[in-house]
Amino acid sequence: MAIWPLIRLLPQKTNFTYVKFAGIAAFLSIALCVASIVSIFTGGLRENPIEVYQQAEGTPLARIGAIMEHGFNLGIDFRGGTSILIEAPGPIDQEALRALGQSAQDGDIEVQGVTCRPNNAPPYCALLNFETAPNQSATVETIRGGLASVAEGARITNVDAVSAKVSEELFSGGLIALGLAILLMMFYIMFRFEWQFGVGAMLGLVHDVILTLGIFSFFRIEFTLTIIAALLTIIGYGINDTVVVFDRLRENLRKFKKMPLADVIDLSLNETLSRTIITGVTALMALVGLLFLGGEALSGFAIAMLFGIICGTYSSLYVAAPAILIWGVKRGRGETRGGASQATPETAA
Amino acid sequence: MLQVARWRIILVAVVTLLGIAFALPNFLPERVRESLPGFLPRQAINLGLDLRGGSQLLLEIDVATLQRQQLDNVADLMATSLREATPAIRYTGRSVVGDAARVRLVDPTQMEAARRALRVIGQSTTGGNDIYTFTEAADGLVEARITPVHLRELSRQAAQQSIEVIRRRIDPTGTSEVSIVRQGDERIIVQAPGVSDPEMLKQRIGQTALMTFHMVREVSPDEAQTGRLPAGTMLVEPYPGSGVSQEIVERRPRFTGERLVRASPSTDSQTNEFVLSFQLDSQGTRLFCRITSDNTGNRFAILLDNQVLTAPRINEPICGGSGQISGNFTAQSANDLAVMLRAGALPAPLTVIDERTVDASLGQDAINSGGTASAVAVIITFVFMVLAYGLFGVFACIALLVNMVLIIGAMSMIGAALTLPGIAGLILTIAMAVDANVIIYERMRDEARAGRGAALAIDSGFSRAMITIIDANLTTILAAMILFQFGAGPVRGFAWTLSIGVITSVFTAVLVTQILIAWWFRASRPKTLPI
Repeated sequence: MAIWPLIRLLPQKTNFTYVKFAGIAAFLSIALCVASIVSIFTGGLRENPIEVYQQAEGTPLARIGAIMEHGFNLGIDFRGGTSILIEAPGPIDQEALRALGQSAQDGDIEVQGVTCRPNNAPPYCALLNFETAPNQSATVETIRGGLASVAEGARITNVDAVSAKVSEELFSGGLIALGLAILLMMFYIMFRFEWQFGVGAMLGLVHDVILTLGIFSFFRIEFTLTIIAALLTIIGYGINDTVVVFDRLRENLRKFKKMPLADVIDLSLNETLSRTIITGVTALMALVGLLFLGGEALSGFAIAMLFGIICGTYSSLYVAAPAILIWGVKRGRGETRGGASQATPETAA
Repeated sequence: MLQVARWRIILVAVVTLLGIAFALPNFLPERVRESLPGFLPRQAINLGLDLRGGSQLLLEIDVATLQRQQLDNVADLMATSLREATPAIRYTGRSVVGDAARVRLVDPTQMEAARRALRVIGQSTTGGNDIYTFTEAADGLVEARITPVHLRELSRQAAQQSIEVIRRRIDPTGTSEVSIVRQGDERIIVQAPGVSDPEMLKQRIGQTALMTFHMVREVSPDEAQTGRLPAGTMLVEPYPGSGVSQEIVERRPRFTGERLVRASPSTDSQTNEFVLSFQLDSQGTRLFCRITSDNTGNRFAILLDNQVLTAPRINEPICGGSGQISGNFTAQSANDLAVMLRAGALPAPLTVIDERTVDASLGQDAINSGGTASAVAVIITFVFMVLAYGLFGVFACIALLVNMVLIIGAMSMIGAALTLPGIAGLILTIAMAVDANVIIYERMRDEARAGRGAALAIDSGFSRAMITIIDANLTTILAAMILFQFGAGPVRGFAWTLSIGVITSVFTAVLVTQILIAWWFRASRPKTLPI
């Protein structure tokens, strides 16, 4: 047999027994989800949520919200405030920058040295972060005016100023969008398949989203608006993967009416395995390219997507499909039409 | 066997040609693009602000002020209606308290008549629901509140008016590329490509530029010392830079800047100072003539946003309807003020609630790295597909190429902004586009394994993979739709590329591949499937 095309190297028929490991997988998934949630509520295992709760103000609900906010390294979109990127041809005096910031506005000021551009031109960058100011324009103008003292030839190349009102809206809007997406997907699957499939798909999606959030929380990767877009895409990819498996499962349920459900699930997963691998690998390779070449602005997106795709693939195999086993599926329906589905290849010409 | 209907071939050909026609302007230099004949599309992809550099401001209407203004009007309306009712209904205590305008009937037994008189105010002029709700108390107190629906309608109108005012202020010649659009009921997005310092924009937008003419009430220094102002007057601060002093003026303006028909900077022929020349409309001319005749020898004050610009003495009646305002102007400030006055006043104050500025060089960097990442993604995908599927992989690659042309063409045609997350969406779409091909090919392999010949395997591979592909991609479109609802600027760009990419990828992966494979099959008549 010729080696090329390489697809021939993939075994035509695999016989992995996924369902046998469903118990272990379920344990692993639940453990990881719990770990993720713990990480979100403890600021990546760095803070005591009870302390945060006691220090926060407002209603109990708002205090829990405060804990959630501590859970992530929120970007300017969700945290609110002013973030000013400064570039200079020579080294930036961070202490001078901090002093300049302080002269412009009281309150919390954060100065970060950052790598700015892939080609290192100009080579020196720093980020100045403020809380939301009553008069942002004046603050930015003061900084602009005093830049010469920080580094020669320094200039402001990026300003993001987000008021608390907008950041709160974006945060809650993002959470609502995620919840809505998952529900919508569940109803779509319920409509196209059976309710057990819908619930299974939803469990898979919730699993993917929680684990990705956990990773962002634990490694303190900046959580921005783009990450919400990534999460929604992960939901889209995960459901895509799940649909392909479910589609084959539905077909096989009609074809092999006597086969036990667990075996049908195994068979369907094996049959779609090569597609799962190839699509997954293509997506992963493209995203690795994005991670290393796409610049800093897109690296968070690439990380979220990479991780989400691995999660999504795993969850379609080990969460969504085995979840159907819990409730079982009504098998009688395809009885009379069973023969027809096998005949379709001939009639579909 | 393996016949592809002619209409499908024509459809693919037409769509591909259209795609090329719309995508082409992106690869032509500006000069060539301008000289294209009129029937060809010449629009290139619209780059988002994060890629081309520029400033974006999100403005919000101060709804509380708007409500307050409207309630003032309602209180006036209520008073007028009661006064003009037959027989007239006497009232006291016309005021605005909290979210309600109120009057108190002197004789509570007249409530029924008052209700009749006030009913007209509450009805919307355009029909439909009531715009105010009235509550009555036994002691004769009548309160009117604006319904939430009407308040939303008011803020929407105010936003719409503000957009026009802002456009006249920041783009008086209509030549710049500034985009000003309403978002929701009470917000406005201003996008100014190429502007790296939005201070000028904000200053021009931020002023309400309400010009009012008041009579000055001369108060003796002793009286002023007591700190008590005469009834119906207010103390006003000088306008920054105008060089005048505080004044005490009548609270009610005699007339406002709406009566101005022309305002332009000029120089005073005697003092050589910069001044602002203005011309009033006919009603304003009559008013100004009467006021200046009645008050010769007194002073009047011109206020801008409730600050004194100038307070000259009326030396003689001015009945020509034109005049000059001196205010210690420079050439620039006289010009700016003229632009403001011509543009008119904002219906309500605006606040900047979100501001983004990206330097053009930063945007160029993003384009470069995004472009490199996309190119690498395409090459990786090509190599991988050809390695994995051989000839069929080549077909998939051709389909992917057509797909990319279609995406670029569609983006240019719709005019949707391409943003940095949008580029990420594009890369993802490239990788995901081959998914439909993979589903089809894997199905073919399944069918071949089940013992079917090449032709049958190919045929049923396509037809049976279709359902899966539609299901799988509809869900992605659903996710993109949610992104549209939720997304602000850059994320919306991502939703655009994702949804366009999904649609075009299904089109190319299914139809283009099918035609290619059908041609190949007829040419070579293989016995077995090559994958």
